Amino acid sequence: MRTGFTPEQESFRAEAAAWLDAQLSGPFAAIRNETSLAGQIDLRREWEKALGAGGWSAIGWPENYGGRGASIAEQVIFAEEYARAGAPGRVGHIGVTLAGPTLIHFGTEEQKQRFLPAILAGEELWAQGYSEPNAGSDLSNIRTKAWLEDGPNGPEWVIEGQKIWTSLAQYADWIFVLCRTEEGSQGPKGLSFLLVPLDQPGVTLRPIRQMTGDAEFNETFFDGARTAAANMVGAPGEGWKVAMGLLSHERGVSSLAIQMTFHNELHRVIEAANANGAAQDPLIRQRITTAHAGLKLMRYSALRTLSKDDDEMLSREAFVHKIYWATWHKKLGELAMDVMGAPGLVAPGEDYAFAELPHMYLYTRAETIHGGTNQVQRNIIAERALGLPREPRG
Amino acid sequence: MQFTFSEDEALLERSVSGFLATHVGSAQVRKAMESAEGYDPALWRMLMQDMGLGGIALPGRFGGVEMGQVGLAIAMMEMGRHLVPSPYFSSVGMAAQAILMAGSDGQIEALLSRLATGESIAALAWRGTGRGNVPTVWLGDDLRLSGEAGFVPYGHVADLLVVAARRDDGTIALLALPADMPGLSIEPHVSMDLTRPLSTIRFDNVALSQDHVLGDGGDASAALSGTLDLARIALAAEQASGAEAVLDLTVAYSKDRVQFGRPIGSFQALKHRMADMMVKVEMAKTAALYAACIADEGTDELAEAAAIAASYCSEAFMDCAGNAIQLHGGIGFTWEHDAHLYFKRARADAMLLGDPASQRERIAGMIGLAPVERAA
Repeated sequence: MRTGFTPEQESFRAEAAAWLDAQLSGPFAAIRNETSLAGQIDLRREWEKALGAGGWSAIGWPENYGGRGASIAEQVIFAEEYARAGAPGRVGHIGVTLAGPTLIHFGTEEQKQRFLPAILAGEELWAQGYSEPNAGSDLSNIRTKAWLEDGPNGPEWVIEGQKIWTSLAQYADWIFVLCRTEEGSQGPKGLSFLLVPLDQPGVTLRPIRQMTGDAEFNETFFDGARTAAANMVGAPGEGWKVAMGLLSHERGVSSLAIQMTFHNELHRVIEAANANGAAQDPLIRQRITTAHAGLKLMRYSALRTLSKDDDEMLSREAFVHKIYWATWHKKLGELAMDVMGAPGLVAPGEDYAFAELPHMYLYTRAETIHGGTNQVQRNIIAERALGLPREPRG
Repeated sequence: MQFTFSEDEALLERSVSGFLATHVGSAQVRKAMESAEGYDPALWRMLMQDMGLGGIALPGRFGGVEMGQVGLAIAMMEMGRHLVPSPYFSSVGMAAQAILMAGSDGQIEALLSRLATGESIAALAWRGTGRGNVPTVWLGDDLRLSGEAGFVPYGHVADLLVVAARRDDGTIALLALPADMPGLSIEPHVSMDLTRPLSTIRFDNVALSQDHVLGDGGDASAALSGTLDLARIALAAEQASGAEAVLDLTVAYSKDRVQFGRPIGSFQALKHRMADMMVKVEMAKTAALYAACIADEGTDELAEAAAIAASYCSEAFMDCAGNAIQLHGGIGFTWEHDAHLYFKRARADAMLLGDPASQRERIAGMIGLAPVERAA
């Protein structure tokens, strides 16, 4: 058992750090440390293209699809350096971490040829169409439906329904949509996975204003939207299997990247506590040191999980990451407010737009909800990891 | 980066776990804890000699098997899972580590070989009988030792004592002396955790010679704090597996026990508690093993990793053991059920080497939190 990285891995780290620093001190200096989801969107798009051109966009993809076939350890290293350098959140992340890997795993050769290069080059951005007003925690309760009709260039899927929480949809070119293609089907059966162009008359977006004051998410309405019959991933009725395969890509490496962001936030909480005297309060000291210990544990735990083979990824400790980090981050938000005191309650300007730490306090309320609420996570842990009897469902 | 067990480590885990599953059950634990010695000498010989656990972390030149703190952590985990009452932690996990850190090569050779085989049992007396975590035994310039040391695990069966004492100039000395020296008395207590009984040791002007002083006679405070950190890591491993053991007990019971016509484990109110327990168990295992790894790699992260492991694993075990009693209901409150043995072990573990809050306060200084300004 050992915890460190090899000399080869450390030299890979140095190469990544040097490239990132050069870019973010040079042409992309304006978006260094940008924390919003899509602020300065034009430069953020250029950043996606620069990552693609430098070969850093999707290093974990296999080489024959334009990636580097990077090992898990190298992906971890890159994710750490990316966050350490203050590089902005990826507006291309849904394509790179979700759509791309799904196509690589489940797509036809034609679909791969059509979509992967544009994802890699940062030329096409993607959005995710899963949740609906009545399909949140109960995701398989999807009502959006699609059926085949003849179109001018052959058969097309026609889509009717509503998706919600579609982040980045206003900037995206494509959306993958989980919808019901078997009339009268229920639950996970009869769902299909469609790739749908967003720029068409049958698609309407309405931004959702969140409790932070930002409007990063959307409601997406499909009213006779169309996509070519060839744009289905997997067979009709296999959508649930494809979508669940994709959700597992959300875990893993990305959990290491967010830790560097958390580290920066905790550092600012410590600075604030030292500056305003909160650090003299023994209760605050206990909470800050608890937060530090909790963050270190998150890192140790991710390293432990990533040391295992891919097919072992869903071992016991892999189940706990989501609930652990989301809960930790929410507590950090509460701690940040307690450290700042009343000055955390007022915005710096005239808009309802708060500084980093109060904004984080508000935003973290979402994290124990999205991607599976803490309550759903506990059900999953209890039933799948501990083997407890299922809750009667009816 | 290979933060999983090597082949040797996995083999050790399987062999200790297999051995204990065959030889130690609740009946054996209870028989040992109710005996005057507080452990089973026959089992002790098997663990130390047949299984070779005494020399697990010792360097090869002193007859050890060089599996380091990770090896020790594995042994502690497996014994902790079964609550084996034995002087293993106090003799191998505390006293032997102090001798290794502070002693000269000659002293190590002379003392450790008998500890490694279990023929000799040692205990580390490092703190006073009050709430504080500092030595309250005094070593005069004339090498006379006075004062008392508290909460010494298995002190009553030790034939060798390692004592942390304070000199007049404020420096620390680590001493190794036979337990039967004139002026030395040992009082065993009825301890809340019967699986690891505690003693008070009194020194009434005990006359030592220079041979009893470990090392070159200089300040041994770094060796003492290093020893305590290694002991915290070993104890954290025990805490993590103890937490896992009570979770396993609780899961099994809640699948079995039927109320309102359903296994109680199908109710979300219970499931969610067990899920929270599992989060803590997995994080605790990670914390302990990571810290053990760091100890073997000898990086400057040791104190931090030890403080994190100690504070997290202490609270995780106490929380899980408390939940285990709650989720078992009435049967969990009986003497007959093992839940209380884990609950008491968890509490004793958390307080033996400095409580979680004091470990976190150590972290404050490592992460740039301003020191507390004391009023003049």
